[in-house]
Amino acid sequence: MSVVVRFFTTIYYNKKALIGFILVVFFVLMALIGPLFFHFSTAIDYSARLDPPSFAHPLGTDFAGRDTLTEIVIGSQQVLSVAFWAALISLSAGVVIGILAGFIGGVVDEILMIIINLVLTIPSFSLNLILAAIFSVTSPVAFGLLLSVTAWAPLALGVRAQILSLRERDYITVARLMGLGKGYILTRELLPNIVSYLTINFIQSASGAVQASVGIMLLGLVPYSVTNWGQMLNIAINQNGGLSNPSGVYYMLSPILALTLFTFGCFLFANGIDDFFNPRLRTS
Amino acid sequence: MSARIRVIGKRIIVAIITLFLSMVVSFVMMRETPGNVWQGLAYQMAQSQNIPLVMAYQRLTAMYHYNPNQPMITAFLTYLNGVIHGNLGVSMLNQNVSVNQVIAAALPWTLFVAVIALGISFIIGNWLGVRMAWKRNSFLDPLMTGLSVISHAVPSFVIALVLIVVFSLRLGWFPYNGAFSFLVQPGFNLPFFLSALDYACLPILTYVLVLLGTQAMSMKSTSLAVMNEDYVSAAQARGLRESVIVKRYVKRIAILPQVTGLALSFGGILGASALVETLFNYPGIGQFLTNATNTRDYSELQGLFLFQAVCMIVANLIANVLYAYLDPRVKTEG
Repeated sequence: MSVVVRFFTTIYYNKKALIGFILVVFFVLMALIGPLFFHFSTAIDYSARLDPPSFAHPLGTDFAGRDTLTEIVIGSQQVLSVAFWAALISLSAGVVIGILAGFIGGVVDEILMIIINLVLTIPSFSLNLILAAIFSVTSPVAFGLLLSVTAWAPLALGVRAQILSLRERDYITVARLMGLGKGYILTRELLPNIVSYLTINFIQSASGAVQASVGIMLLGLVPYSVTNWGQMLNIAINQNGGLSNPSGVYYMLSPILALTLFTFGCFLFANGIDDFFNPRLRTS
Repeated sequence: MSARIRVIGKRIIVAIITLFLSMVVSFVMMRETPGNVWQGLAYQMAQSQNIPLVMAYQRLTAMYHYNPNQPMITAFLTYLNGVIHGNLGVSMLNQNVSVNQVIAAALPWTLFVAVIALGISFIIGNWLGVRMAWKRNSFLDPLMTGLSVISHAVPSFVIALVLIVVFSLRLGWFPYNGAFSFLVQPGFNLPFFLSALDYACLPILTYVLVLLGTQAMSMKSTSLAVMNEDYVSAAQARGLRESVIVKRYVKRIAILPQVTGLALSFGGILGASALVETLFNYPGIGQFLTNATNTRDYSELQGLFLFQAVCMIVANLIANVLYAYLDPRVKTEG
């Protein structure tokens, strides 16, 4: 319990982290309970198309006269669930491979390092694009898996480096001399020490996955639904006169604003967690 | 000397292995994926042209030199042979255009933008980074921190979109559609060059905004680390001028990791080019990749992807070799 209290105290006194935390929680709540309050109707009202923000429509309306705010809220569910799955899958793969490489070492390490370096060299966004074209993605899990194909490699590299540096610490040597099993050392001594690293990377992976998935949707490659932020951007750019249509600017800015606020929040929050876990930066 | 050659030799071997593996990936991806690409094409063709499936396969074989009955190893060797001889195949949709021709037409534009953007952010970023390390608490600190936050937290396509809307559509300062004005004659003449530069401004600015902050901040932190070294204090104690210390003692060492970082930045540009070039309608590798993806032109996709991978491998190799040559510590060894 005290850890939770200390966590929130640290976050509270670190203004940047607080802003990040609020933003992330805001978007997560939007995705979880937002759809209960906002109902997306496909009714088309061309007399109200691309309206500027008003009291009835706080973010204006889309090309068919529907409320943009509702679309953003409904869309956040898809965007965030893709991000969640991508972060979960790539982090799990990264942890397993990083631990295998760092903990076992030797030939296993060398082979895994060649594979990691190969994946790091492949232009990941291009690969994601091509995979999205080959497989027709229909579910958030599949989309997350697709994004994880390359995203695990930097995480594995990071976990491996953490394990390598921790392995040489005195308390690990002591544990080894005490004759404790490898599994015990791994789960009780090593893993708790990289929890902070994993948490930070989970958030950063989620942020990266949101950027990548919205980017792929922006190019119109994954026909998902009209409420997805990337699909909204695609429509805003390519249809109804696109960018040169002055009245379309609010419809274009809404998903950009949502996306940027989320990734910005993730960035600040991840940095705040770093402060919390890093004892050298702790003030009191 | 021998140490350096050993380092470079090891790098070259790793690069060759990576190259081979990326060929395997690009080959397997197109051929052995579930929901086989060729099968899909054959069904589509059989349906649209109202011919039996066997005939569709025959036509596909004739068109793309693809043989479904060929064992995978033989097919891979044929593909490998083509790639080694510099033949990346023919576009599926436009049989008159080879992938090599597509790359030859698109690469100059991508390189033009990438090289200028990398150069600007490398020179300015490193200069600012050293300055920030040397003179603490200058106004540059919050500015560059802000920029690096932007490059971490704001996707490149959002930056591109904002630049298009603000500088091109609202203010009308820069053009954004295409690579040069249709009024100029493409060729080796000044108006064409100026027009190309004009059209490249916003894509370059996009990449610079993405790269500059990170570049400056990492140069700052490496410079700070170097400044704590004893020889810098010794140089200060000897009363050397500040500019000499910064230039000869700090910058020369602190710039080393940045050189390796150049390869990463180049990779970042290549990766972002699919989105950025498409938004600017800029006829580079990235836009062709997006178009090929949208039209499901698999042979062009395969070729462009392999080409990008080769670019990345070569860029990494150059960075590593350069590092071995620039680093005085590698020189003194052996």
